[in-house]
Amino acid sequence: MTSEALADMPAVETSGLTKVYGTGNTEVVAMKNVTLRVARGEVVALLGPSGAGKSTLLTAIGLVNPPTAGRVAIVGQPVLDGERALVDLRAFRRRHLGFVFQKANLIPFLTAAENVQIAMEINDMSPRAARHRTMELLGYLGVADRASHYPDALSGGQQQRVAVARALANHPGLILADEPTAALDSMRGRQVMELFRKVAHERGAAALVVTHDHRALDVFDRTYEMEDGQLR
Amino acid sequence: MNLAIRDIRHNFGRFALTTIGIGLLLMIVMGMGGIYRGLIREATLLVDRIGGDFWLVQGGTRGPFAELSRVPATLEDRARAVPGVASARRFVSHTIQREYRGRPLRMVVQGLAWPQDNGDWLPLIAGRPLSQAHCEMIADRSLGLPLGAQLKLGKDVYAVVGLTKGMVGTGGDGSCFFTVSDAMAIQFDQPGEAVRLERQARRARVEARDLGMVQPLLLDRAAGPGAGIPALAAPRVSAVLLTLSPGANAAAVAATCAAWPDVTVYSTQQQLKLLLAGMVDKARRQLGLFRVLLIIISTIIMALIIYTLTLDKIHDIAMLKLIGARNGVIIGLILQQALLMGALGFALAYWLGTFAFPRFPRQVVIEQRDLLVLAGIVVGISVLSSLLGLWKAMRVEPNKVLS
Repeated sequence: MTSEALADMPAVETSGLTKVYGTGNTEVVAMKNVTLRVARGEVVALLGPSGAGKSTLLTAIGLVNPPTAGRVAIVGQPVLDGERALVDLRAFRRRHLGFVFQKANLIPFLTAAENVQIAMEINDMSPRAARHRTMELLGYLGVADRASHYPDALSGGQQQRVAVARALANHPGLILADEPTAALDSMRGRQVMELFRKVAHERGAAALVVTHDHRALDVFDRTYEMEDGQLR
Repeated sequence: MNLAIRDIRHNFGRFALTTIGIGLLLMIVMGMGGIYRGLIREATLLVDRIGGDFWLVQGGTRGPFAELSRVPATLEDRARAVPGVASARRFVSHTIQREYRGRPLRMVVQGLAWPQDNGDWLPLIAGRPLSQAHCEMIADRSLGLPLGAQLKLGKDVYAVVGLTKGMVGTGGDGSCFFTVSDAMAIQFDQPGEAVRLERQARRARVEARDLGMVQPLLLDRAAGPGAGIPALAAPRVSAVLLTLSPGANAAAVAATCAAWPDVTVYSTQQQLKLLLAGMVDKARRQLGLFRVLLIIISTIIMALIIYTLTLDKIHDIAMLKLIGARNGVIIGLILQQALLMGALGFALAYWLGTFAFPRFPRQVVIEQRDLLVLAGIVVGISVLSSLLGLWKAMRVEPNKVLS
């Protein structure tokens, strides 16, 4: 498949995703028959109350919690058919996905720059090239001056920016964000959401963002709402 | 990027304290090995240094290092007459305990076959060998006797004319070298009253016999010095050492001496083997078992530490897996830390040992091959101890990062 053809592919496409926990009397359907499509460069919000299945959908697309049934294709490549992996999931995550969470989840014994650089080095980029791109990303996100600081010396907003830089490190086709602004004040929360939009539009990556924050919905190109495991 | 080094750099205090603990444990393991080697060196030192090819010891015994051995001093002359024997020397060795300036002084009295042997083969660090037949001694410096010190042993006063280093007996007590006659005088010294009582007892025994009644002059002889009574044997020595002439047939010499019913012949190698198989063997096994226990304990402690350090990083490991890190990256993080901890602990143990071991009352001998074996063991226990942490790390699911 040519790169142009790939560019036309949706960043993520799911069909009939269902996730069932437990069996018999303890069976819980966390997600039911979810079908969605997010195009490259698109920023999509996933709304819904707690327990609606948003995180289950996100982790299924993130290839860390396979669905009981349904299919997932990312950047045009089928990756999951039910619980069956069609590719090496870890390698696929490394190359094509970026993650941002409510907590920045930076590795505490690495500096801000090293937290970004490690994502590239484990994707076989040379340390020199990784360092160069790290500084470029941190500069792009406005935290280059904090590059040599450890996470505990960064503010919540700075940590989240570093986490976004890490998510962008390997030019992912899809960024998955699970309530990335929950720990931030409204101003910084909005800044992060705008950052996703900027990254998606400028760098051609799609972003699927789980959020409760209705104040920044104008930032998104599209919104989905989930309730009782179903997409509306 | 080396994650192990970065983790250590960030948590240096914890890593350093843990490594010091491991180092101290390894120092004890190293020390145990050193004590064992020291035990062997101390036990075999004299036999190694004194030279000689054969030991003539009391018949049916394993020699003076294994049990009490008494042979007549005249055996020396008998042995000299055997073809192929270049020289024969009496060997006297016994341990005594006296006081010197208010502190106990335990020493191994060794007899040198003066005048052939004046102790010039001893590793002297001060003073000189013996230069007269009586009242001089060479002491090991571990006894704390200064050069020129005067020591009353038995009826005589002995002057320290030379000091040796590292010359200790099989029990680790410092050795003192005298002429054989002085060593025997010290060994068989009795208080005047004991001599008087012995003479009186002899006289009483003769008086009670027919011989004493018909020959009254015998009573005076019986009450005199023991050396004047032909029926009493001269004091005995522990063994006689033979040195062969160049080109002599060792088997023939051994066969000749072995034919004498009152002695048993051992080569120096056999004597060393008996020494190690006898008195050192149990200590060796005891130290060996203790070492094994310490290694097991070190492994368990290291495993717990590595496991705890891994538990502390579970969230980070989950994050690494989430962003696609291969297992090798995570294994490297844990294993490299374990190996580094082991290696630094080993180096610390060696460094601390160079200060601590020389201060031990007995020799602690650290040999190169023992260090290499221990280094191998440390690598082994580092890998082994990280298995539990690795098992835990491999089981971490990337979605753990969400919890």
